Amino acid sequence: MTKHNGFNYLAAPMRRLALAGTVAAAAGLGMAAPALAESVLKMVPHADLRNIDPIWTTAYITRNHGYLVFDTLFAMDENLEVQPQMAEGYEVSEDGLTYTITLRDGLLFHDGAPVKAEDAVASIKRWGQRDGMGQKLMRVTESIVAVDDKTLKLTLSEPYGLVLASLGKISSNVPFIMPKRLADTDPNAQIEEIIGSGPFKFVADEWQPGNQVIYEKFAEYVPRDEPASYAAGGKVANVDRIEWRYIPDAATASQALMAGEVDYYEQPAVDLLPMIQSDPGIKVETVDPLGTQGVIRFNFKYPPFDNKLVRQAAMWSVQQADYMYAIMGDPQYFEEFCGAYFMCGGPYETDVGSELLREKDIEKAKALLAEAGYDGTPVVILDPTDVPVAHGQALVTAQALRDIGMNVELSALDWATMTSRRAVRESPENGGWNIFPTWWLAADQLNPITNISVAASGENAWFGWPENQKIEDLRNAFAKETDLEKQKAIVEELQIELYDFVPYIPTGQYYQPTAYRDNVSGVLKAPVPFFWNISVE
Amino acid sequence: MIAYIIRRLLATIPIMALVAVFVFMLLHLSPSDPALIIAGDFATPEQVDEIRRQLGLNAPLYQQFLHWAGNLLQGDMGKSIYSGLPVTTLIGQRVEPTLMLTLCTMLIAIVLAIPLGVIAAWKVGTWIDRTVMTLAVFGFSVPVFVIGYLLILGGSRKLGWFPVQGYTSIFEDFGGFVSHITLPALALGAVYMALIARMTRATMLEVLNEDYVRTAYAKGLATRKVLVKHALKNAMVPISTTIGLGVALLIGGVVVTETVFAIPGLGRLTVDAVLRTDYPVIQGVILVFSFTYVLLNLLVDLSYVLFDPRIRY
Repeated sequence: MTKHNGFNYLAAPMRRLALAGTVAAAAGLGMAAPALAESVLKMVPHADLRNIDPIWTTAYITRNHGYLVFDTLFAMDENLEVQPQMAEGYEVSEDGLTYTITLRDGLLFHDGAPVKAEDAVASIKRWGQRDGMGQKLMRVTESIVAVDDKTLKLTLSEPYGLVLASLGKISSNVPFIMPKRLADTDPNAQIEEIIGSGPFKFVADEWQPGNQVIYEKFAEYVPRDEPASYAAGGKVANVDRIEWRYIPDAATASQALMAGEVDYYEQPAVDLLPMIQSDPGIKVETVDPLGTQGVIRFNFKYPPFDNKLVRQAAMWSVQQADYMYAIMGDPQYFEEFCGAYFMCGGPYETDVGSELLREKDIEKAKALLAEAGYDGTPVVILDPTDVPVAHGQALVTAQALRDIGMNVELSALDWATMTSRRAVRESPENGGWNIFPTWWLAADQLNPITNISVAASGENAWFGWPENQKIEDLRNAFAKETDLEKQKAIVEELQIELYDFVPYIPTGQYYQPTAYRDNVSGVLKAPVPFFWNISVE
Repeated sequence: MIAYIIRRLLATIPIMALVAVFVFMLLHLSPSDPALIIAGDFATPEQVDEIRRQLGLNAPLYQQFLHWAGNLLQGDMGKSIYSGLPVTTLIGQRVEPTLMLTLCTMLIAIVLAIPLGVIAAWKVGTWIDRTVMTLAVFGFSVPVFVIGYLLILGGSRKLGWFPVQGYTSIFEDFGGFVSHITLPALALGAVYMALIARMTRATMLEVLNEDYVRTAYAKGLATRKVLVKHALKNAMVPISTTIGLGVALLIGGVVVTETVFAIPGLGRLTVDAVLRTDYPVIQGVILVFSFTYVLLNLLVDLSYVLFDPRIRY
């Protein structure tokens, strides 16, 4: 470990055992007992934070951690518009090729160093090597340089309509700004210290993977004046300390909330909601107004789904309600139907072309299968039984495909194994697959660029590796277009092609409820759980 | 005796080496690929290869093993693939809760189960005996997590005596430690208690029919003295064997108990690591568990000396 490491546990319990009787504080154990006047938010996150570098991983839990510790140049507000966050302002040259961005005053990193333009430049460069949208931006970027401590200049090689949308991207990977010395880390390795300029500090020596993550308010953070709105606006930290307590068992987490041992439970299991709601001191609401999209993904490299008629048949054989009742149960938590590939409620919502998803027609599906000459080839569906949202989708799909006469093999495994197996490019009989279930947050699916499940660049595309030049051309046209109305027209044309090509089945739009006790106020409605603005009595 | 202990300790070395090889091979035969998990959704095959290279996963297996074993001999178990923290640190963070949970469970179980078994044997065939044995069957049959939930519902939510979940270090706050450890120790102890109580009853029944017990009674010794000094002492050899072997049950139960009560112990570390194929962590934890088990067996063997003077090492 290097000198600069945030992981140096002076107070490893081993040592503590050896020191039994001596005061552990002597070993630098940042004594966990908070001072009396401190306000503490104790919450149960949806997953265990195991990687702390939000550029290295796309895991949502690491993104949420990133938002506490780091800040961004730009940020998306509740109108899905990009606003300056660390930026004071920006100017675009006449030809639209040069963006000059000025940093606002008073930006400080947690180690006391002022935030400089060179930090932002290095951070964007590293992010641009990891993130899909970042890579696209870097491909059209001629140069990005720090002009002085306060100013950076991004010069494009060709017109590009998504510069701000990329820098103000709300979900993974978010272009968080880090000190240059950390941002110079190899993008394929994790940074070894968590120093940001966000409203909370990461307390490295209290981090216990699989158990707890601790954040403390960063007193020197200067929030913007505007009210908080999604990731934009003033990030005002109203609590002194945030404790993420990872409780893997859903029933125990619910009981802990009901007993008042934790204040906030990010993603309670839907089947336990009635129990939680029976407690008058607990509020259950969906804080993410955009929701989540269920996804059934095909493998385009191998029969039978290399034939678009078979994919269309699969779409005719299912209906979203079947999926949603299977994974969410309660209709108040999902849309009856959403025919938009780029989400209902998003800026590019349209249901053009969605008839085959809206209606369930077994006969039509069978006719398409016959036309495609389906010969009983086995269909291997990966079924991650440890993740209810994925497991439910796998089962519903299996039944629907059996109903139209397909030969289905459900391959039961755990999620981690599935993430390995879906990357296997061999044929299904050689350890590959035909279908896997997953889901994406709406925030990731709002347009043809961030929604990587529609990308169709063959071997370089997302798992399943679809290839369709028309889709790629339309996505590129969308990226270059700067006018919203023209963008919408492109999306309509694209969606008609998508429903013909069927890159995946959108199995419905649903909303994950969050539960918190009545001593918690100021919970922001946003697609990401933000922890500024929240107060605890 | 000392020579025997040293011999036994030396004998653990080949056992541990075998365990190390076995665990290593087993893990690397599993279909999961940590490089793919790390690479995320957009990585090209080249990037995945690069990650494999960085993790040393594309070297031949024997090289990987030798590399790992060499570091192990220097006390370096490597780093977690995911968090980047040293495995020794991760295990260090987790030893205390699991150790305390196991010790408290054993303590509660032994203190409760042996007297129950003795009483059941002494009152054999009565309602007392039947009640104890029914409880034992119950404790043995009901899964740990069900008992755990019942204890949470009763002890935490209805009575409010104990917290639902979590752990407090014994060195920081003894009161907090006791309140946090009680329910998990009871939940985990149920199976173990059932096992020890049944074994105690069975061996006591055998011993109570021996001539020397009749002689002891004939001498006019008090029942308590006969039961404890004469009968129980002779019954202790098989009972302590059961106590030792039962630890294997505990290790399995620890995983479930720690999950239900959100205790940050080695059991949960193991499950988390297995679910993510975090090779270095799994290897480290299994070594620690195996070594503990081997050591416990040694302690059990040594305890025979206390109960049976004919046994000499």
